[in-house]
Amino acid sequence: MAEQAIKLGGKKQSTFIDKVKELLPEGGNLNLCLTCGACSSGCPATGLEGMDPRKFLRMAALGMDEEIAKTKWVWMCSMCTRCMYVCPMKINIPQLVYNARKLTPREERPKGILGSCDMALRSDTCSAMGATEEDFQFVVEDVLEEYQEAQPEFAEMAAPVNKQGAYYFLNQNSREPVTEPDEMVPLWKILHLAGADWTYGTKGWAAENYCMFLSDDDAWKHIVETKVKAVEDLGCKVWLNTE
Amino acid sequence: MQKFGIKANFEIKSIIQLYAQWIREGKLKPSSKWNEDRKIKFTVQDPCQLVRKSFGDPVAEDLRYVVRAVVGDENFVDMHPNRSNNFCCGGGGGYLQSGFAEERRKYGELKANQILATGAQYAITPCHNCHAQVHDLAEQRHHPWQTVHLWTLLCLSLGILGPNERVYLGDDLREVDVFHPESEM
Repeated sequence: MAEQAIKLGGKKQSTFIDKVKELLPEGGNLNLCLTCGACSSGCPATGLEGMDPRKFLRMAALGMDEEIAKTKWVWMCSMCTRCMYVCPMKINIPQLVYNARKLTPREERPKGILGSCDMALRSDTCSAMGATEEDFQFVVEDVLEEYQEAQPEFAEMAAPVNKQGAYYFLNQNSREPVTEPDEMVPLWKILHLAGADWTYGTKGWAAENYCMFLSDDDAWKHIVETKVKAVEDLGCKVWLNTE
Repeated sequence: MQKFGIKANFEIKSIIQLYAQWIREGKLKPSSKWNEDRKIKFTVQDPCQLVRKSFGDPVAEDLRYVVRAVVGDENFVDMHPNRSNNFCCGGGGGYLQSGFAEERRKYGELKANQILATGAQYAITPCHNCHAQVHDLAEQRHHPWQTVHLWTLLCLSLGILGPNERVYLGDDLREVDVFHPESEM
C-alpha cells in the first residue's frame, strides 16, 4: 500500500503521453493497456526506484507528468523491449521511456552517457572514447604487422582501412582499439580464413552510439548519417556489426 | 536509419550470421575436440539488440549453431527463458555509463541467477555491452563463471588462438591448444 493516496487533478492535463502517441505508429498502442502485468513480471528493472513498466505506463496514462519527468527509473530501464515483446497489446513502453528521458534537460542527463555522446560528436570516427582517425589506423596497422610476424601462417592476413569497394564495412567497438587491441586479432583471423573481402573505415568505424541512449535525436541522427556516409563513400555492400 | 528515414544502398548484417554461414559452407571448419574430454559447459547470452530488436529468433539459431560447433553439442546449456524472450543482462540502454552501478547490478541479478542455473563455467556474450555487464556481475558478486567473446572460442576451435588473445579464458583453457606459444608477451 502507498503511504498516502495519490491525488489526481480534476481535468486530465497530461500532454506527455499524448505527445508520445503522436510520434509512434499506431500511437504505440499506449492506450490499450489491459493492466495484466506481463510486462512487469518479466522485467529486470521491476522494483528499482519503486517502479515497474506497468506502473510507469499507468502513471503516464493518468497524467502524472511531473512524477514521470522526475523518476530516475527511466535510466534504469535498458529499453530492452522485452515488455513489449510479451505484451498482448504490443504496447511500446520502451518508446515511452525513451521520450521520458528527454524530459530531463540535456545537460542534467547522466554525465557518463552525455560525455560519451559529446565525445562521439567531436570527430567523424564517432568514437565515444575519443579515438581519432589517425589513432585508429595506427593501432590497426601496428597490431596487424606484429601478428603477421609472430604467426607466419597469417603473414598474408589483411586488416584493410578505407579499401574502396570492399564487400563488407566492418565496424569496431572503441574498446578494442583503445584498451585491448589484441582482441581484434581473432576477428581478423576468422575473416581471413573465410576469405571475406572487408574493410574498416577511418570515418564511422566506431560501433557504439551513446547519443541514442542519451535520447538526443539530432545527435543520434548525426551519428547515423556519418556512419552511413562512410559505408557509402567506400562503396561497401554490407555494413557488418561485430556483434 | 528507419527512424530518421535514411535510405541506404547497403545491407546491415551481424557477423554472427556470417560465422554460421561460413561454417555451413565449409569455409570455417571448427572442431570441438578440445572439449571432448574436458566437458566444460557453456551457456550463451542472447543480446537484446541482436535478437529481439534486430534479427529475431533466426539469428538466435545461428548463434546456437556456431556455439554448438565450437564447444560441442553436449557441452552447450541454454538459459531459460531464451532467444527473443531472453532477459536483458542490464548492460544496454547506456546503463554502463549511467552512473547507476548499484541499480545496474541489482537489475543483473535475474541474469546472474539464470546463468547460475545452467551450471555453466562460461557465459558467451556476443555483444560488448553484455560482455562488460556479465563480466562485472561475476566479478562484483563473486560468481564462478568466465565471460568470453565468441571470436575467442571460434579461434580456439580452429586451432589458431594465440597466447595473447586469451585474456577472457579461465585457467582451465589458458594453456589449451595455444597457437605459437613462443609469441607470448
